[in-house]
Amino acid sequence: MSLAKPDSQALSKTQKFGVAIGVIGLFVMILAFFNVDFPNKTLFLSLSLVMITVGTIIFSNNAYLTKQAGIQNDGVWFKSIASRGFWGWILGIVLTLFYIVLYFKAEWLGLAVKGEANSGLVALFDPLSRLLNGGPASQWFVYGTLYTVAILVFGYKFMLKYRHNRYEQLRTVSVMFFQLAFAFLIPEFMARLNSDTFSLPYYDLKNIWPLNYYNFDKYRVDSMIEAGDIGLALLIFGIVSIFVITPILTYKYGKRWYCSWVCGCGGLAETAGDPFRHLSDKTQVAWKIERWVVHSVVVFVTLMTTAVIYSYLGNDSNKYWLTKDVFLLSVAGLLTFVFALVMIFKRKELAKDAQYGAIGYFVIIMAIIGMHYFSGTKHVFLFNTYFLQSSYGFLIGAIFSGVIGVGFYPIFGNRVWCRFGCPMAAVLGFQQRLFSRFRITTNGGQCISCGNCSTYCEMGIDVRAYAQKGENIVRSSCVGCGICAAVCPRGVLKLENDSLKGRINSNDVLLGNDVDLMDLVNQR
Amino acid sequence: MEHIVIIGNGISGVTAARHIRKLSNHKITIISAETEHFFSRTALMYIYMGHMKYEHTKPYEDWFWKKNRINLIFGFVKNIETKSNTLYFENGDTLQYDKLIISTGSKSNKFGWKGQDLEGVLGLYSKQDVDLLETLAPNKEVCKHAVIVGGGLIGVELAEMLHTRKIPVTFLVREDHFWDNVLPVGDAKMISRHILSHGIDLRLKSNLKEIQSDDNGRVNAVIIEETGEVIKCNLVGLTPGVSPNIDMIKQTNIETDQGVLVNRFLETNIENVYAIGDCAQQREPIGHRKAIEAVWYTGRMMGETVAQTICGNKMKYNPGHWFNSAKFFNIEYQTYGWVFPEPKESNKHFHWKHEDDSKCITIEYEKNSNQFLGINTFGIRMKHDIFDRWLTEKRSADYVIEHLKEANFDPEFYKTFESEILNSYSVQFKMV
Repeated sequence: MSLAKPDSQALSKTQKFGVAIGVIGLFVMILAFFNVDFPNKTLFLSLSLVMITVGTIIFSNNAYLTKQAGIQNDGVWFKSIASRGFWGWILGIVLTLFYIVLYFKAEWLGLAVKGEANSGLVALFDPLSRLLNGGPASQWFVYGTLYTVAILVFGYKFMLKYRHNRYEQLRTVSVMFFQLAFAFLIPEFMARLNSDTFSLPYYDLKNIWPLNYYNFDKYRVDSMIEAGDIGLALLIFGIVSIFVITPILTYKYGKRWYCSWVCGCGGLAETAGDPFRHLSDKTQVAWKIERWVVHSVVVFVTLMTTAVIYSYLGNDSNKYWLTKDVFLLSVAGLLTFVFALVMIFKRKELAKDAQYGAIGYFVIIMAIIGMHYFSGTKHVFLFNTYFLQSSYGFLIGAIFSGVIGVGFYPIFGNRVWCRFGCPMAAVLGFQQRLFSRFRITTNGGQCISCGNCSTYCEMGIDVRAYAQKGENIVRSSCVGCGICAAVCPRGVLKLENDSLKGRINSNDVLLGNDVDLMDLVNQR
Repeated sequence: MEHIVIIGNGISGVTAARHIRKLSNHKITIISAETEHFFSRTALMYIYMGHMKYEHTKPYEDWFWKKNRINLIFGFVKNIETKSNTLYFENGDTLQYDKLIISTGSKSNKFGWKGQDLEGVLGLYSKQDVDLLETLAPNKEVCKHAVIVGGGLIGVELAEMLHTRKIPVTFLVREDHFWDNVLPVGDAKMISRHILSHGIDLRLKSNLKEIQSDDNGRVNAVIIEETGEVIKCNLVGLTPGVSPNIDMIKQTNIETDQGVLVNRFLETNIENVYAIGDCAQQREPIGHRKAIEAVWYTGRMMGETVAQTICGNKMKYNPGHWFNSAKFFNIEYQTYGWVFPEPKESNKHFHWKHEDDSKCITIEYEKNSNQFLGINTFGIRMKHDIFDRWLTEKRSADYVIEHLKEANFDPEFYKTFESEILNSYSVQFKMV
């Protein structure tokens, strides 16, 4: 309880100056949005981006380099922007509106109607777009640029804040690299290769299905197949990413290899979203909702993708070996195989309702596939393919992932999408929980139950509950950001990869007490 | 089914309650005069610093108690009538118990200084203390200067707290080096330098003489004993240690000394009354431990043990190898085994410090046998279970230094210092 907002949390003069520079840079973009026609777009775009960058650097340097290296969470719950105060709500509303306009009213941003030139904000980005991919900008190019700039400048801020922690620094460099190179530059340069005779789809190589839910859409697959060896390589890479690369890396390192080191959603969350990580809901109720919602999204995307691929496959096995029937049988076979393995070997590790949920979903999916196989219609469970595809794209791809995912950072924390909606997170988490070497080890009896770990866990995991039992944290939602270990004042937590044996190990009586009592009570 | 009543909802009482519930169907009631629900006292500093809010310091959500059929009473027990197994509350209520556990915790020490009860003088132990601190020192405009008296763990945490509000702090410490009644001189000196580096006006070898007030009874200055210096201040934090909170118990039949006297089974002189945690005093100290252990971990351990006894499996409080931890501003401290400020007569110390002055270790070992006895580690996280095992296995100091890497608990990719430590050790002791 704070009677007066401590003035020590007010920004210093230098920080105010940094904010001012950044805001002026942003203001150039706002002017462009309101159709101010800048004569020299290259100059003004550069000015805008440079000022945003420089402003953030000035702010960050003054905020962190003036203090000794260490945890920098002073005043987090007093600052309006970071504690659901007035500025937090303003920021949340602004971000949400921006996403709604971006996804559904791009013409307001200045996206050109067919044939005409861009205007407004989009036109401001034309010079950069032409430099990278040779063509005019689109709302997605604007978004991609802003997204990348955000990760880079806030990544710099984050690295200063955690400069005493090598893990956080390396992880942030990784995320900055993957965003800049894989999500932004490579696809833009690849677009230069496109011509009338050769065309590759826009491909962020690190964006894997099911996160990249549209990768197997007909137009993309056609495009890749028709683009010769390179295109085929991309298609195969996409498939190999799902079935080979991901399972192996998740086994060795846990899902953190993707969620905290590679993924673009995670990248923005950890950099620009860092000031909001403590706003995640920690209650048990939130966790109960989370499990059902995120796994339902996986089921949705699996059905949707199956339906989509089914819709454009042929029926003649002479023309191509992968016919509708072969595909359906393969999907059914794969799901049955995974389901059987889990139920036979890992049944005990699933909670009762999780087992029922798994069985329920399995039965539903198999029934739908069965209906398809035996009736041969274009419909999947009373809905047609196009409807499934567009509703998933709208509800999950746009609203959940974009509008809610980022718009709600200042209100619900930086990982709402990752926690409640991302099907990739669910799949990786499933593997992490059942079959991975990753865990967060707790240090014997050293936990003092202060609660810093749980407060700063962006996924809303009650880390303290494990630490105060001396139990390793092996949770499907843990993205391995490492912040819990960083904020722990007694060095109780460590992220590591180790043998699966004895991974899950609750102790009611902790180390340090009578060894006979420990044996008596901890015996299972 | 008996009615177990627990006075005090801190880590000791709550751990006892949880374990009793796991082992039995007894009726359990926890009474507290401090808060309605259990919260982690170790986190109070973070509330003031803005790292957490009060609700984050509660280890269990509020529905936990009802779900586990543990009754909570928010009230003050003013008397215990052991002959009739009755508790008398300040508000007139009474409560019958079959078994009573006293876990009333500690209270801040005051050593009879003039002015120690003035407005603006406070200790730092309870939630009420932190709430009071917020009103007395919300920022540096209201609290222009603070003086902290008593150089220990609570004092350094209070210094860190005030520092986050940019309030200038003068820290009066009677020891030659910070906490050198516990830390060997090399460790204590490094910590002293670290505290100074944060701009805290650390005054070693300085005692408080008296606290002065203005005409309204409000603190306005302190006087240092050794020099007579007068330091103007708006706030005085008295952190010269804690003592068992047993004022109310003294008037009952339960035997007390400094704390509530208990035997190894945590039983008091009254048959169905037990005492655990900060407020309990062992009649015979156990090993090198003090008779009164005011430590989070031992409170928890006593709770775990007394629950067994109460549920029919009579067990001695039998703590294993000593361990503890703390944090001094940005430097984390862990200790395993026994390291004394001066090595005991048959022992020696090995001390290593990193040149960046933020990491160091001290090892105490037996001179003749080279048996490893304990380690202090600052700035390098180390594994509790490894040292516990090495102490049980009675490993040599040579072995520990050679295998130090196994005990490292720092995050991945951190620089490691084991080879540097080994080199230093080899050079000092010409190891083969």
